[in-house]
Amino acid sequence: MPAVQETVDRVRRIDVDQYKYGFETLVETDKAPKGLSEDTIRFISAKKNEPEWMLAWRLDAYRRWLTMSEPTWAKVKFGPIDYQGIYYYAAPKKKPQSLDEIDPEILKTYEKLGIPLREREVLLGIEGADGARSRVAVDAVFDSVSVATTFQAELAKAGVLFMPISEALQKHPELVKKYLGTVVPLSDNFYATLNSAVFSDGSFVYVPPGVRCPMELSTYFRINERNTGQFERTLIIADKGAYVSYLEGCTAPMRDENQLHAAVVELVALDDAEVKYSTIQNWYPGDAAGRGGVYNFVTKRGDCRGARSKISWTQLETGSAITWKYPSCILRGDHSRGEFYSIAISNGHQQVDSGTKMLHLGRHTSSRIISKGIAAGHSNNTYRGLVSAHRRATGARNFTNCDSLLIGEKCGAHTVPYIEAKNSSAVFEHEATTSKISEETLFYCTQRGLSAEEAVALVVNGFVRDVLQQLPMEFAVEGRKLISISLEGSVG
Amino acid sequence: MPLLEIKNLNVEVDGKKILNGLDLAVEAGSVHAIMGPNGSGKSTLAHVLAGKPNYTVTQGQVRFSGEDVLALRPDERAARGIFLAFQYPLEIPGVATFTFLQAALNAQRKYRGEPELATPAFLKRVREVAGKLGIPEDMGRRPLNVGFSGGEKKRNEIMQMALLEPRLCVLDETDSGLDIDALKIVADGVNHLRDPKRAFIVITHYQRLLNYIVPDVVHVLARGRIVRTGGKEIALELEAQGYAQYQEDAALAGLNA
Repeated sequence: MPAVQETVDRVRRIDVDQYKYGFETLVETDKAPKGLSEDTIRFISAKKNEPEWMLAWRLDAYRRWLTMSEPTWAKVKFGPIDYQGIYYYAAPKKKPQSLDEIDPEILKTYEKLGIPLREREVLLGIEGADGARSRVAVDAVFDSVSVATTFQAELAKAGVLFMPISEALQKHPELVKKYLGTVVPLSDNFYATLNSAVFSDGSFVYVPPGVRCPMELSTYFRINERNTGQFERTLIIADKGAYVSYLEGCTAPMRDENQLHAAVVELVALDDAEVKYSTIQNWYPGDAAGRGGVYNFVTKRGDCRGARSKISWTQLETGSAITWKYPSCILRGDHSRGEFYSIAISNGHQQVDSGTKMLHLGRHTSSRIISKGIAAGHSNNTYRGLVSAHRRATGARNFTNCDSLLIGEKCGAHTVPYIEAKNSSAVFEHEATTSKISEETLFYCTQRGLSAEEAVALVVNGFVRDVLQQLPMEFAVEGRKLISISLEGSVG
Repeated sequence: MPLLEIKNLNVEVDGKKILNGLDLAVEAGSVHAIMGPNGSGKSTLAHVLAGKPNYTVTQGQVRFSGEDVLALRPDERAARGIFLAFQYPLEIPGVATFTFLQAALNAQRKYRGEPELATPAFLKRVREVAGKLGIPEDMGRRPLNVGFSGGEKKRNEIMQMALLEPRLCVLDETDSGLDIDALKIVADGVNHLRDPKRAFIVITHYQRLLNYIVPDVVHVLARGRIVRTGGKEIALELEAQGYAQYQEDAALAGLNA
């Protein structure tokens, strides 16, 4: 596995804190006044030149949010968040009109991250597995705004809309209005409601009936500004018989203080449609002592609204100080299918509480959950999942497999599955294992010449193999490397 | 100069003395068998040579090609040419045998400053090796040792040995759990690898493996030291009389811990 060696080399070049994306970009930004108030929300809405109904929706969310409190049931610990100490809007001052006008500093940032924004370069093919040429349309979100979206023209030819949600509000307000908040309601939970009030940008995708999106779509999120929260909102709609595969990637600079990321993602799949959503989450995890890092409090949910529709979540979680995230599927349409494939790796002092909900409402709905948790260092890694069958969900089926791997003596792995069947014909299966990389295994590998680091990387790559295969090919190689980097320092 | 030279080796595990002033010299090109009763320290010797953690060397020296190797990590010893065929090879789910072997081979080559083998060159090489040992290619695509029978696991060890081309091969009770057919296949594999530049230490409880891998020297290990050295006739004698005599002798000599 050449990727292993390459990874180890890359890891060696990284500083003490291992996080390779920890640089800061100096760009002039336009910020909302610090803190949260109706004025902040009006400011954001005015900046985006939003229709009146959007502002009313935001204000409604804000007023509800004031009455809500943070959820405390997750197995994570953190100090109080000062919601008045955060900037809710930060945008690079120069607003680009085309890709050529993007602030070169921002372009450099994305180049450092290995994300090509210029279509010219993308057309030459980015490096994928086995050097395969591939094309990926990218929407780059820098702090609160989208700075570039590639391949829009080509996608438009196929009828696919792929643009920042702020642009969609101008160009296709009827579509946004029809679907926004229909999967994750305004008052769904504390963080989602906060997002509804202050979200600034994110991606919007609409794939018309019968269209198979001609390329992978992806969004790269970057938090750059100090004390800035990122609240993006993503809305993806696959109309009848449509197909789309979408990937998001996330990074942030190294900061001593904690940064808040509270995103909402809504997916809608109509009859016979399929949405595949992949995440490579690599927010700054904090330093070796557990200082700093991103609080990743995210609500992701897909609605299999139509018959025979399918939604598949794949996530590779390696970053963030705290992860609170449960990408879920509402299996509403008869014969619809939901899938959740997850690799969650925690090291250092990271805390992960993640999993999924599969809500079987329609008849003959099926779901599959494969979760691989890997805990190293002093971290805690919890899988929390709900599988439920509604009374009318005749023939509902679920298969769940949760495997945990422990590296070292000071980390913890926890599995908290909830299973609720209200229909006697439901068949739910649950398998779970917990294992350790034993000294014997490490000795066996090192006896053959592998270093301890290489040995752990190899064993972990084997452990997560089934899930890694679910990532789009273009990102599987990157995924493998990321796994090894995030496990640096976990042995010896 | 012997390829391997062990002098007065004393080893403890969890405060318990296992090896008790062991001396051994192995010349390149030779096959040494080490026989002994259960608990005599055979596996400890194998593990200490390979650098397994949690063994404390309280006294003595191990020189390989004249170099003191006791301070080296297991991977550094492997890169110098020390190979241990495990009594119980480990399973690594999700990692194809060939993937593991390529990573191991390249890690060693890199350590020695040799160019790494790209996948096509590696596959050519590993197919050649597997072919000579009569190992079906699909074994290479299966996850390492997962679901392998006892015989397959041991053949896999020999394949790894053949691929990595070590200078010292230590076989730790490779015969355990093998039926006679599997034993012959493994022994054939070892015999193919006999070479004037390579030495073997074959650790076994029973004589029958030595019918197929014929040793130049046989040592009897009892209570942590070598109590007798001779030709292959010792093995036959042990087969007939058992180890009781040696345990008593060792006890009389005051070697009990």
